[in-house]
Amino acid sequence: MDLILEGIWKAVNLIVTLDPEVLGITLLSLKVSGTATLISLFLGISSGTAVALTRFPGRKIVVSMINTGMGLPPVVVGLLVTIFLWRNGPFGFLEILYTPTAIVVAQAIIATPIVTGITLAAMQNLPPNLRLQILALGATRMQMLWILIKEARLPLLAAVMAGFGGVISEVGASIMVGGNIKGYSRVLTTATVMETGRGNFDVAIALSIILLLLAYLINYLLTRIQQRERPR
Amino acid sequence: MKLKSLKIFFHCLWFLALLSLITGLAATPTAQAAKQVKQKNIILATTTSTQDTGLLDVLIPLFEKQTGYFVKTIAVGSGQAMAMGQKGEADVLLVHSPDAEKKFMEGQYGINRRLVMHNDFVIVGPPSDPARIKGSRTSPEAFKKIANSASLFISRGDNSGTHAKEKSIWKAAGVNPVGQRWYQQTGLGMGQTLNVTAEKKGYTLTDRGTWLSLQKNLGLPILMEGDPILLNVYHVIEVNQVKWPKVNAAGAKAFADFMVSPATQKIIKTFGVSKYGSPLFFPDAGKKVEQLGK
Repeated sequence: MDLILEGIWKAVNLIVTLDPEVLGITLLSLKVSGTATLISLFLGISSGTAVALTRFPGRKIVVSMINTGMGLPPVVVGLLVTIFLWRNGPFGFLEILYTPTAIVVAQAIIATPIVTGITLAAMQNLPPNLRLQILALGATRMQMLWILIKEARLPLLAAVMAGFGGVISEVGASIMVGGNIKGYSRVLTTATVMETGRGNFDVAIALSIILLLLAYLINYLLTRIQQRERPR
Repeated sequence: MKLKSLKIFFHCLWFLALLSLITGLAATPTAQAAKQVKQKNIILATTTSTQDTGLLDVLIPLFEKQTGYFVKTIAVGSGQAMAMGQKGEADVLLVHSPDAEKKFMEGQYGINRRLVMHNDFVIVGPPSDPARIKGSRTSPEAFKKIANSASLFISRGDNSGTHAKEKSIWKAAGVNPVGQRWYQQTGLGMGQTLNVTAEKKGYTLTDRGTWLSLQKNLGLPILMEGDPILLNVYHVIEVNQVKWPKVNAAGAKAFADFMVSPATQKIIKTFGVSKYGSPLFFPDAGKKVEQLGK
């Protein structure tokens, strides 16, 4: 119990004094996971919508693959991305292993199926006649898609939160492809693992608290947008 | 016609995604810098103990300031570090698993293996010492007592230098612990393994440095120390560029030279003294392994 109080005290200390190292780690977490989420939004919403609105042979197989991907284990992604990015691997020429960019890549791979899956479910959940109605009112194909996306705003924002929550809390892939390099590719989760290994439990608890606060803050903002009164 | 516009829309989305990927790449300036000044990065694969004790946090910034290189420290077990070296995925190794290192050198994977420092391994366990290993003359004798009393032993089980040492002691004791009920493997780093051992009130083999830096929370006293077999020796090895042309040989050499330089050796000598009352590592550059511990 003392330990937890110590951890909370340490967290308050680190936040109030704006500890430069912790601040750097926090900002990097935010930047890396934010970028990864953005990428996954583009990929996920577009492919999710495409699969939801079209019919093609083998569609059920694709959908179940997307749904499986929603539970993609981060360590598996981490391992594969590491092997691909090795100097002597197929993408070694990029020279991005053990950089924040590599973490972005891995996290985007983790988040994309999550966003795709939720988008797919959200789009399929819209009334089927809505599309016809919109088109009948003279909308172009593009306008229709835009209206559909706006219509599915609630679940789509849930997709954003699920994707972001999945990657900001993820540690397996980040430590493998990022390397947890001090002042460079160290993010909140990998720093927590390291401090635990060092027996600095108070620092580890403090980092966890900062991570939770950050996740809460982001989700609070997104929820504000999600639950906003619809403009009439 | 309608389908076509849909396609264009999705192409636009993919393009935007690609664009964000590229800007994402650009947003990390160091990645860009790395491309301009080639071979500025050094990948150092090392054991967890050098990171968990905080030694590298002191040495690396110093090295970077002196030479302008950027060191990417990947802290894994010695086994994995050498596996990375064997694949040419690291430039320089700082490891403590002499037998495996010799094999590594025989395979021509590394060059210039140089002695850096040593400390020693110790056997720690619950204060009550249920296996009565305290007072054992040698560490194989202590391990035998643990086996005979079937007391819980926590092993790293991760091919690290510590794990290799532990296996050699079991061998010397003539005991094969694998599969025994009282023998558990964590597969974790030294710090975490010590925490597991403390929680389960077992015995374990640890390097003194990591134990010293964690000891305040553990409640695991040293029960066996001072046996020559428990010597823990760290070498620096440069990965052989002949095998892997992409290896940053110049950087590796600079780092290895730095580790054995008099100034660095002096820092190693005093590292941890103010915090723990005794040094965590003893500098040994230029010595021979046979001279150590005497």
